[in-house]
Amino acid sequence: MITQLKNARVFDPAHKKNGVVEDIYISQGRIVAKPSDTIKISTSLDLSGKVVMAGAIDMHSHIGGGKTNIARMLLPEFQASKHYSEPEAHICTPGCSHFATPTSTETGFRYIEMGYTAAFEPALMPVNARQAHLEMGDTPMIDKGAYALLGNDDYFLRMLASQQDQKAINDYVAWILHSTQSIGIKVVNPGGINAFKFNQRRLDLDEKNRHYQVSPRQILQSLSRAVHELGVSKPLHVHCNNLGAAGNFQTTLDTMRASDGIPMHLTHIQFHSYGKEGDKQFSSAAAEIAEALNKNKHITADVGQILFGQTVTASGDSMMQHLNARHANPKKAVLMDIECDAGCGVVPFKYRDQNYVNALQWAIGLELFLSVEDPWRIFLTTDHPNGAPFTSYPHLIRLLMDKSFRNDAFAKLNLDAQAMSNLLSLDREYSLYDIAIMTRAGAAGLIGLKDRGHLGIGAAADITVYTDQADREAMFSKPDYVFKNGELVVKDGKVVKVVWGATHTSKPAFDVSVEKDLSDYFNKYQTMQLANFKINPDEIADDGRGSIVVHSGKHSDETA
Amino acid sequence: MTVANPPIPTSHHTCPACGLLCDDLPLDGQGSISASFSCAKSQRYFSQAATAPSQPASVNGQACDLNTALAAAAKILQNSQQTLFAGLGTDVQGMRAILPLAEKCQATLDHMHSESSVRNTLAMQNSGWQTTTLSEVKNRADLILAIGTDIVSSHPRFFEKLVWNKDSLFNKGTPHVVYLAVDEADTQAGVAPDGTSPTVLAADKKALPAILNSLIAMCNPAYAKSNKAASVAGLSMAALKALLEKIQAANYAVVVWSASELAYPHAELTVQSITQLIAKLNEQTRVAGLSLNSGDGDISVNQTSTWLSGFPIRNRFKHQQVSYDTQHYSTAVQLKSCDALLWVCTFNPKPPPNFAGPSIVIGHPNTQFERPPAVFIPVGVPAVHDSGTVFRMDGSIALPVKKLQASQHPRLFEVINQLAGLMP
Repeated sequence: MITQLKNARVFDPAHKKNGVVEDIYISQGRIVAKPSDTIKISTSLDLSGKVVMAGAIDMHSHIGGGKTNIARMLLPEFQASKHYSEPEAHICTPGCSHFATPTSTETGFRYIEMGYTAAFEPALMPVNARQAHLEMGDTPMIDKGAYALLGNDDYFLRMLASQQDQKAINDYVAWILHSTQSIGIKVVNPGGINAFKFNQRRLDLDEKNRHYQVSPRQILQSLSRAVHELGVSKPLHVHCNNLGAAGNFQTTLDTMRASDGIPMHLTHIQFHSYGKEGDKQFSSAAAEIAEALNKNKHITADVGQILFGQTVTASGDSMMQHLNARHANPKKAVLMDIECDAGCGVVPFKYRDQNYVNALQWAIGLELFLSVEDPWRIFLTTDHPNGAPFTSYPHLIRLLMDKSFRNDAFAKLNLDAQAMSNLLSLDREYSLYDIAIMTRAGAAGLIGLKDRGHLGIGAAADITVYTDQADREAMFSKPDYVFKNGELVVKDGKVVKVVWGATHTSKPAFDVSVEKDLSDYFNKYQTMQLANFKINPDEIADDGRGSIVVHSGKHSDETA
Repeated sequence: MTVANPPIPTSHHTCPACGLLCDDLPLDGQGSISASFSCAKSQRYFSQAATAPSQPASVNGQACDLNTALAAAAKILQNSQQTLFAGLGTDVQGMRAILPLAEKCQATLDHMHSESSVRNTLAMQNSGWQTTTLSEVKNRADLILAIGTDIVSSHPRFFEKLVWNKDSLFNKGTPHVVYLAVDEADTQAGVAPDGTSPTVLAADKKALPAILNSLIAMCNPAYAKSNKAASVAGLSMAALKALLEKIQAANYAVVVWSASELAYPHAELTVQSITQLIAKLNEQTRVAGLSLNSGDGDISVNQTSTWLSGFPIRNRFKHQQVSYDTQHYSTAVQLKSCDALLWVCTFNPKPPPNFAGPSIVIGHPNTQFERPPAVFIPVGVPAVHDSGTVFRMDGSIALPVKKLQASQHPRLFEVINQLAGLMP
């Protein structure tokens, strides 16, 4: 069975193909070389004029786990919004979705209908890993994976406080990756979630946790070193201290410096690029952050763009979400301290284009996109659902690719916010090639998915086919075809076949004796047994739908 | 050669008898719990299932094979214009199977303990809340305020495991326990191992809104000055002030309530007063809530329903859409108008409510009926005959339950899937 995609206009940055017209061949779910003339082509599709990219990969989207489900439970009124057609803000276009709490099934469908073939849950709490995998297991169509949260758990902070050596830390981090079936490690408000349980209300990079007397800087350095030394491809995923606070850009710059040259990914950096200039003591520090990103080649970031309308913020950052709860709209919030592991805060938000702060947040995100020079090191996210639902991506892509569309939108914003932004002076327009980098090749490279995000021989045949349209929002909203592992699953923007993707993981080697102390810890202090904390691979594959893919890390590349 | 009775796992086996989901049971090789084990609820759960007779399915009380029973059930569901799925005593895997069947049948869904859990859900959906989980209680809580519940009737090992524990991460002292609106006679579990008595503030549960809102008001110093009342609902202002000061002085106070114990109209407002008091206190100090669940998979069913349908339980599939109504979709209301009932109850042998129309019961093999239902299909009991996944009372932890012994009874999700296969 060979499928031929003829005359495809290919955008494949991993192979430096920028609109090259060529044929693609698919066999047994993979992209293969052109077969010999004696082999029969079973299906051939003429894609003359069509834009062809690998399936898109969302490297940061809250698609499964406790806080996502709390958001659904807290906001039953949101379910009706999937049927809304009225715009919620002055600059809304048809691609602005305001449905922030899709079910697990809808999540899979909406992603694949936009040409996305994988999404990664960026905040899997280890004690909540089973729920996260259950929800992702019920998410059809796409591949998935998760970054496990560390750095606020009492086990790790005890290790740090008792000055255990880096090897012991590395073993624990690797054990967490195995036990939670994750592909990366994330830290949220390093040390802050834990400090909140001791009634600390803010935590700066060098401020110490009242009980453990360790600082966020120590946590960051220890975890990023562990991830690096273990050879995990995905660099430590960092949600900095002081999320959303005016003047927090200094913490973000200090965090970059604290990285000491070890790769680090700063997530939803828009929420961490705020100055406190001006009458309202809230200003854009996008220029400073972009300059630092341009200089520090070992740092990557995703934006966490906000778009206007109703959404809900779901974060592990209970400390900062407790502060943010006073801005909740509608006025309600769920905050939790969880299992000596971490916490969560779910706070609904309505971003309004006539609100000074919201309008400036919108502009700051775009300033960052347009000022960071290297598209391989900045990623397209809305931190779904925190900045906006992921279904708004086509609108966001148009904002990046179409300067006049962007400037028209900017002109409708709060006037004070306009006065505080340099957005109009940024002339850059992203190209299709840039978009393919941000949403495909770059994302796959960052996470370490060697056979995804590109269209080379041997790659998984996750392929998206678009009609080239001047209206980029319309173009990216509705691909002509999407192939998942070589199967045609979407036609004209609608699912034609339901499939189930794999769960991607990373499992570096570690010293199994790490379980001796952990077992003692669980028996004394936790309320479940160590054996039940661990997610057995069968739990993901048991229903015949799910499967686990283990990715080798950087070290195996070096020896290969 | 196959082994007829494979070895039984005896360690880290999860007990679903209550929301604590203890996984440290002293099970012997036969799957029985040591007679000296402290939890009678757990003992009863396992012995009740282990001694359940193997019995066939039945139609109108007449024994038959599974396929005959399934065909009869499918016929009832096909003929129904308005179907109620109730009981829903099951786990994640069961609910994963039930929801697609409900969609096929365009059914309304309710759990047997929703009357209680909806009080919590409504309070949460109206103004949010701040809560905690069991390991936080075990390691951090230095004050337990139990409101309207003795805790141990529903969650027997709460104090043993989470309050009187010797090991804790931060070397907290022995926690102090305060009971509010609990009978003095029910407060023995709150006596510390060293003999220290709990503080008991006796009051009528229905007076809780007045008491709780006074406590909220007292957080405001201006009110404290201007207030002239000497007492609220029989409790002196001095006693309430002492309670407030005790909470404010604690490093980490945990407020425990049980929605099932607040069995009076509009008790969701009492839950809301509790959560608002917690929110108010958190402006200065750390306090967290912990609600006790009722059991029979209530948390598992709510969670699974929410990620798959978008709504917690008391939801309905109709016209390719899902709707949610905590009043109208209750079992009591729906029984007045539905024309078929599917009752699922696998953890405990609880029979369905009285209903004039045809009932399909898929449940615990020990279920006894006053009048045989149209169809009865006995299925394996979770954690005894069947494996699966259950959520703990605090909603953040899901644990695997494992099969302990071989059983003649089919698994619930298989029965539901087969039934769905018979539906057009």
